Amino acid sequence: MTQQGASRPAGDAVPEGLWAKCSRCGEMLYLPELQQELYVCRHCGHHRRLTARERVAITADEGSFQERDAELRTSDPLRFPAYQEKLAESEARSGLPESMIWGECTIEGRPMVLAVMDFNFMGGSMGAVLGEKFVRAAEWAIARRLPLLVFACSGGARMQEGIVSLLQMAKTTAAVGQLGSAGLPFLAVFTDPLTAGVFASFASVADVAIAEHNALVGFAGPRVIEQAFKIKLPPGSHTAEFQFQHGMVDMVATRRELRPLLVRLLRLLAPHREEMST
Amino acid sequence: MSRWLEFDRKMREVDVDIAKLERLLGAGGISDERRTQVREQIAALRRRQEQITRELFSRLTAWDNVLLARHVDRPYTLDYIGAIFEDFVELHGDRRFGDDPAIVAGLASLEAETVAVVGHQKGRDVKERQFRNFGSARPEGYRKAARVMRLAEKFRFPVVSFVDTPAAESRLEAEERGIANAIAENMLLMSTLATPIVVVIIGEGGSGGAIGIGVGDHVMMLEHAIYSVIPPESCAVILEAFGRDPSRGPDAAEALRLSAQRTLELGAVDEVIPEPLGGAHRDPAEAAEKLKAALTRSLARLRAIPTDELLAARYRKYRRIGHFVEQV
Repeated sequence: MTQQGASRPAGDAVPEGLWAKCSRCGEMLYLPELQQELYVCRHCGHHRRLTARERVAITADEGSFQERDAELRTSDPLRFPAYQEKLAESEARSGLPESMIWGECTIEGRPMVLAVMDFNFMGGSMGAVLGEKFVRAAEWAIARRLPLLVFACSGGARMQEGIVSLLQMAKTTAAVGQLGSAGLPFLAVFTDPLTAGVFASFASVADVAIAEHNALVGFAGPRVIEQAFKIKLPPGSHTAEFQFQHGMVDMVATRRELRPLLVRLLRLLAPHREEMST
Repeated sequence: MSRWLEFDRKMREVDVDIAKLERLLGAGGISDERRTQVREQIAALRRRQEQITRELFSRLTAWDNVLLARHVDRPYTLDYIGAIFEDFVELHGDRRFGDDPAIVAGLASLEAETVAVVGHQKGRDVKERQFRNFGSARPEGYRKAARVMRLAEKFRFPVVSFVDTPAAESRLEAEERGIANAIAENMLLMSTLATPIVVVIIGEGGSGGAIGIGVGDHVMMLEHAIYSVIPPESCAVILEAFGRDPSRGPDAAEALRLSAQRTLELGAVDEVIPEPLGGAHRDPAEAAEKLKAALTRSLARLRAIPTDELLAARYRKYRRIGHFVEQV
């Protein structure tokens, strides 16, 4: 349930200064312009991975995101070798204490619960804190009668929390069941990369699943399969487009298309809810 | 690396010696004096075997446990089904794509009550192992299990699920047919299925492949089964903490705390079922008897609970699984 190499640093972090190089086509990009373009390369269309904070900034109405449960930390239940060091390193790299942030926000004036994962924190891996945060987000949505929107990217369950992290698959999925019983919509956006235990749990049981253009999406990452079974995979497998072709997501959207699409879907899924003015 | 593996070999040698002596007894034509002698030899061998076993099993390592859980003679799902239930009728196919032999499903009778049974199935010889895909289920296997569980819900039959898989099938065909979706859908179904579910991890509880039929009101684990988020060898390859060295699997096994006792302590299962001395494969009949008693007991308890309370308790059980702190 854990993708090999998931915790490697993101290869396309933007260096300091006003210019950045696209990690795919190598073209130089002017940073203020890149931000305007939602971190999509205007030459080749490469969607740079976003941090959770960047994702919130381009998704929620400005200043509307009220984070909750930011104080949750793992208790390292297995006393796993080198886990504490790994946590400290990840916190320094990502500026986050865990791989998911959640809170209430508005999008085009519509209130909702928003949870966003960050690949820079231990490869977006799911441990007990992520499981608890997801469930609290779902329960908050139920208590406030709000839809839940999740941006999911993850290398899978977190090995360092052993069986406790595997069980978070069941825990988070059970919470989706509660949302369903309460008649509240749950939307998931699959962002680069989404694999293993998170792909195979709450993300895959969303009412509507959207994959962001060019995201890697697969149960086992392609490198893992090629190494384990000594086979060569065809190009283009385990991508958002591949999952769309096989019926696993409702649509593939570019980053620019995402927000308007989410607004339309939320309006259709929760039509009884009056829009609040901003 | 494993003392147990060496021990297992010796145990088999002693088994052969005992069998030889027993044949000698059965053959006849030997003196009464010799007969007494042989009987004493057999008794001595058995005593010694038991003594060694007790000594070794009192300090099994995590890696010993991994090898035990994967032992080729360990009873598999169909062995337990045959020993525990009456009148098992296997049902086939997911009504979507095909029939996956890596998961068996069907209806059976336990103490004159109908139950639905699902479980991973491994193979013992080369041919059957391939046929069963080593117990690695494909999407259609999980969807067959889902179909039979819905059938159980319709008629209020309890579900008994046997978990024994190294991992879910992950190659391209499985990906194309939505292995991640099949596992996720099953967990969602099992967290809301309006009938009691008892899960038993009988051998290998291999990550997502295991939990894909592993959600229930009461989750039990056989004493020498393992339950893990990742195979220890793979964990050792990935993590620097183990030098990215596959031969450090035993260290990873220790760190992952994948034994039944550790899993129980972490709150990830509800009960550990003792196995016969030396492991379930040393006495499959006794192993099945102990499991049957535990199953019957927990099913009787769960049947008495009204469905809405059962579902609320099931959600609370999973809701609670987690180890974290709230720093202020």
